[in-house]
Amino acid sequence: MIESLEPVIEAHLFFKGLEKRHIQFIAGCAKNVRFPAGAVVFREGDPADQFYFVREGLVAVELMVPHRGFTTLQTVGAGDVLGWSWLLPPFRWRFGARTTEPTRALAFDAKCLRAKCEEDHDLGYELFKRFSHVMAERLEATRLQLLDLYGVGA
Amino acid sequence: MASGLDQRVAVAPAEPMVPRAFSIKRVRQDTHDTFTLDLVPPEAFSFSPGQFNMLYVFGVGEVPISISSDPAEKSTIQHTTRVVGTVTTALKGLRKGGTVGIRGPFGSSWPLAEAEGMDCLIVAGGIGLAPLRPVIYSILAQRKRYRRVVVLYGTRTGEDILYTHELERWRGKFDLDIQITIDRGGPDWRGNVGVVTTLIARAPLDPADTVAMVCGPEVMMRFTLLELQRRGIPADRTYVSMERNMKCAIGFCGHCQYGPTFVCKDGPVFRFDRIAAIFGKPEI
Repeated sequence: MIESLEPVIEAHLFFKGLEKRHIQFIAGCAKNVRFPAGAVVFREGDPADQFYFVREGLVAVELMVPHRGFTTLQTVGAGDVLGWSWLLPPFRWRFGARTTEPTRALAFDAKCLRAKCEEDHDLGYELFKRFSHVMAERLEATRLQLLDLYGVGA
Repeated sequence: MASGLDQRVAVAPAEPMVPRAFSIKRVRQDTHDTFTLDLVPPEAFSFSPGQFNMLYVFGVGEVPISISSDPAEKSTIQHTTRVVGTVTTALKGLRKGGTVGIRGPFGSSWPLAEAEGMDCLIVAGGIGLAPLRPVIYSILAQRKRYRRVVVLYGTRTGEDILYTHELERWRGKFDLDIQITIDRGGPDWRGNVGVVTTLIARAPLDPADTVAMVCGPEVMMRFTLLELQRRGIPADRTYVSMERNMKCAIGFCGHCQYGPTFVCKDGPVFRFDRIAAIFGKPEI
């Protein structure tokens, strides 16, 4: 039996307060995906045509650093949003993402949602508000990481 | 403003200004800058989780250090210390068979009795895990008295993780959820990367029935408290351990004055709503 994704999306805190018609549309752009541990979810520089909600597992957001290899900048786990490059031109991933453990997620067709947001500004505004929140959280976390909080004298 | 009196314990040294000689049983290097002293007291030693001792290196000076061992263990106590100054450098230089002067235990303790029947969230940053370690021991000794227990621990790198063997052992238990996150992940690290605050949103707890205990650098605690608030854990069930320049440890000298309180005798563990008005204020 095919699981309807509407209730899953509706129950997610990220989509709380969205109109039913928007939830229905978003659910139409979503599918379940699974990745084994160590799988590349997306690569830096590739077109950002999807974004994800992690339902289970852990994903490392990474950057290839010469002479150091792939370096994890942060991880996102169950309940977290993965990917916001799909919202901003040039719609390419700024960083890569790789699972560190078996991961189950919802993948959303970003192209489809982008087009819909252009067409329906109410939906566009609601999504931008929510993604702004995610971006602000990531920025705050990054700033704290830069502080080297746990070092001597912090 | 009320003090942390409800968390105070009856255990208080009879001669608070007179150090007693504890012999060093072992010095263990935990990380590149952190070590743990196992000390043998002259008689059975009792303390409550969260309390601290004044450690005196004879001829060098005295520093306040939280007790990091199992409160049920009366014949040996542990202090986990980071090398940051003259006295801690001298402490690190001591060897098995040596002697340390101890005054204590002093201060308030973590709210273990209040947390009974509730979910417990323990958030530690860096060496802030040391004062919370006795809490974990105590909870595990009386596990049935508590509901879900979640430990969130953030540190710089995989090499800076304290008590690695214990954390592994505790992680193997199905009744304790331990999440570790580091700021900088190397190629071999497969766990969480990011500040400890990022783990709070997904901690499996009922915020309406949770007691939170937080210890770490003050900036980390500030952002942790914001996240706890966002998660719906009220300030009167959130406890923090403060660090100030403690000298006498009994509220006489005033070195550790923190607004209308003294960290040495009213703290170091404070219920957050009682210090919320002064917490994070640069003037205090």
